[in-house]
Amino acid sequence: MHTNPSEPPVEPKADFFTRRALLKFSAATILGASFGVGASVGITRWGRSAAPAYRFFSAAEAGTLIAICEQIIPRDDAPGATDAGVIHYIDRQLCGPFVRHQETYRLGLDAMQKTCMQVYQSAFEQLDFERQTAALRTLEANQAPKEFWENQSQSGFFNLVIEHTRQGFYGSPRHGGNRDYASYRMLGLAYPNLIGQNRYGAKSSINPETHATPES
Amino acid sequence: MPLPKVNVVIVGAGAGGGIVAKELAQAGLQVVLLERGEWPRYDQHDDDELNSQRTPVHGNPFGPDDQRHRRVVVGDNRSTRIVLPSEGGYQNNAGCVGGGTVSYGAMAWRFMPQDFRLVSTYGEVKDSTLADWPLSYDELEPYYEKAEYEIGVAGDYTNNPNSGPRKKPFPMPAFPLNTEGRLISETATRMGLHPFPIPMLRNSVPYNGRPACIHMRSCVGFACPVDAKAGSQNTVLPVALATGNCKVRTGCVAAEIVVDDHGRARALRYFDENKRPQEQPADLIVISASATETARLLLNSKSKLFPNGAGNNNDWVGRNLQGHLYVGASGLMEREIYEEAGPGATVAISDFNHGNPGLMGGGVLANEFIDLPYHFCRNRPPGAARWGKAHKDFQRRNYKRLVRLVGPVQEIPNFTARVSVDPSVKDAWGIPVCRLSGTRHPGDLPTGEFLAEKAEAILKEMGATGTWRNSPGKSLGLSGGQHQAGTCRMGNDPKTSVTNRFGQVHEIDNLFIADGSLHVTNGGFNPVLTIMALAYWVADSINARWKGGDFR
Repeated sequence: MHTNPSEPPVEPKADFFTRRALLKFSAATILGASFGVGASVGITRWGRSAAPAYRFFSAAEAGTLIAICEQIIPRDDAPGATDAGVIHYIDRQLCGPFVRHQETYRLGLDAMQKTCMQVYQSAFEQLDFERQTAALRTLEANQAPKEFWENQSQSGFFNLVIEHTRQGFYGSPRHGGNRDYASYRMLGLAYPNLIGQNRYGAKSSINPETHATPES
Repeated sequence: MPLPKVNVVIVGAGAGGGIVAKELAQAGLQVVLLERGEWPRYDQHDDDELNSQRTPVHGNPFGPDDQRHRRVVVGDNRSTRIVLPSEGGYQNNAGCVGGGTVSYGAMAWRFMPQDFRLVSTYGEVKDSTLADWPLSYDELEPYYEKAEYEIGVAGDYTNNPNSGPRKKPFPMPAFPLNTEGRLISETATRMGLHPFPIPMLRNSVPYNGRPACIHMRSCVGFACPVDAKAGSQNTVLPVALATGNCKVRTGCVAAEIVVDDHGRARALRYFDENKRPQEQPADLIVISASATETARLLLNSKSKLFPNGAGNNNDWVGRNLQGHLYVGASGLMEREIYEEAGPGATVAISDFNHGNPGLMGGGVLANEFIDLPYHFCRNRPPGAARWGKAHKDFQRRNYKRLVRLVGPVQEIPNFTARVSVDPSVKDAWGIPVCRLSGTRHPGDLPTGEFLAEKAEAILKEMGATGTWRNSPGKSLGLSGGQHQAGTCRMGNDPKTSVTNRFGQVHEIDNLFIADGSLHVTNGGFNPVLTIMALAYWVADSINARWKGGDFR
């Protein structure tokens, strides 16, 4: 069992390994395209590529959102939201189980940009870290200029991003976030969590083939 | 065209329905068991926290799905909103073969003798429908025992003086306490309390052809990869199917109980897996669809004699919806005490279930299941940062140092907390959906505060540096969720209950209920073992009368 967070986790299953390798590959190509906006938090291990970056977000929207997520879980001696690929978690879910949140993101990111242009004469992601924090505190308290937030609650938008950032950072890597088990390593959690398979084999006896009876 | 008649049709393959199916099939009755969900498989879900029944952010992995189901919740000021199954307000349990028993935490509590006679013990409570059960702990005891042996419970009550009398010990030895369990146990003992290992519907040793627990940290909210966790799907249902007398039809959604002009349940109308309407005639119908869905089905079954729904001429169907207010306390230890051995909940204290000055009832306290990293974000001391470096530092510093002691408060039932059917909103099959309204009884709050205070005192005595209460505050809210109960309560008086003491609907002789809906009150414990015991009790009564020639 993998216990030392500084060592790469051991993958016991060949098919899982392949899937993860693929995931890594696609994550690398995807992130490459957003290199410009992510550069401020120092992504060094991913190459550049011309592959389309996002399923839902425009490059501009992604740039803003990456910076917001990085505020929520910033990089320090452990990876932050950007390193863990939180933007890809959110982007992917918005074209899947989170379709209903698409409008909130579209309206919220637009309003966020307009707010920052008026208050700081700058895009959110261009602000220094402390100013970004201050801007989000304003949002959290519903104190940003009301004119930009008539169709979307400020704190409602920010709370949703907090929740989704946590999911992308702490959830299973299979959904596009928590890259390289960043959060599990930070918490010192053994991964993969496959004690059962290691010891007894993965097959469950809950099986429709053996339990279901043919209907007359 | 109706399908060929069978003896029994049962709706719902969860904790109640699985047992009734097995008992009746073994007695030789031809049983059809309808289940809206499918057979769950571990490999479809594995250990993904975002795909857990506890944090179903991408929809409920064990059903029901967000695409085809919805409910209406009536809030303050009578405003209404539509909620999806994976949202909190839906009060979901599960929708698959096995129901909640696939993904539950599997605590195996018997209610205490007092829990069956709350009015006799405490007197009437204003603005409540508090009542004694029409059956006693002693009557249910053999059925608790049967559930413990047939489904399989590991436990040891040597150090629990508060439990009702039991004739036999548990069939499996208790699970050993983990580090935090031992600490809590030592501390509580020092404080004059009586800690003991939590009884679990989980194999501590190989039992009934299934292996012992392998201690996954992803246990509650997940299926077990080796089937060490016992549920309907891997205990009673395989036995029922092996008799050759029981057929499980999955993907089938019940729409209506057809009641004829003589007040007899004649058939069950449902939609099959291809959404085709079907009618299954039967001598007997048993509904085990959970407190919310059972009530909905009865209310949607209108007939000449029952214009307001089957068994609802006195307006009690759907009333007294209850679950459990969960309270407790959290504390941070100086050193890391996390242990990579799931599910993590090992020790309980039952000294506060009854006899608390000035309070009706109480609840059991237990150390909490392992919180996975995302779920862990939700538990913070008051005023703690929700984001930024402070959030990250809290996670990193405290993930392995946090202890939580929590428990379910025995709720005071009331008439206004209810399930009805919505006049306009329908599900994907065109069936009117549940409409949930009302709140808990205000008397639950002081009990919750009391229990949270007791939990915090234990954590402080244990040496926790920072502690905070997970207390109810001032918000009543509506209860239900996985512990939902009470909506078709049993009773001796047809005017104030839906079924008699055998789960038989008053006035509809061949219609039975076997799930948490029957609970008059819901104990200060997780209710599943009581649902199981009642299912054996109901099935026993059906079998005895069937042998005597009834229902045919």
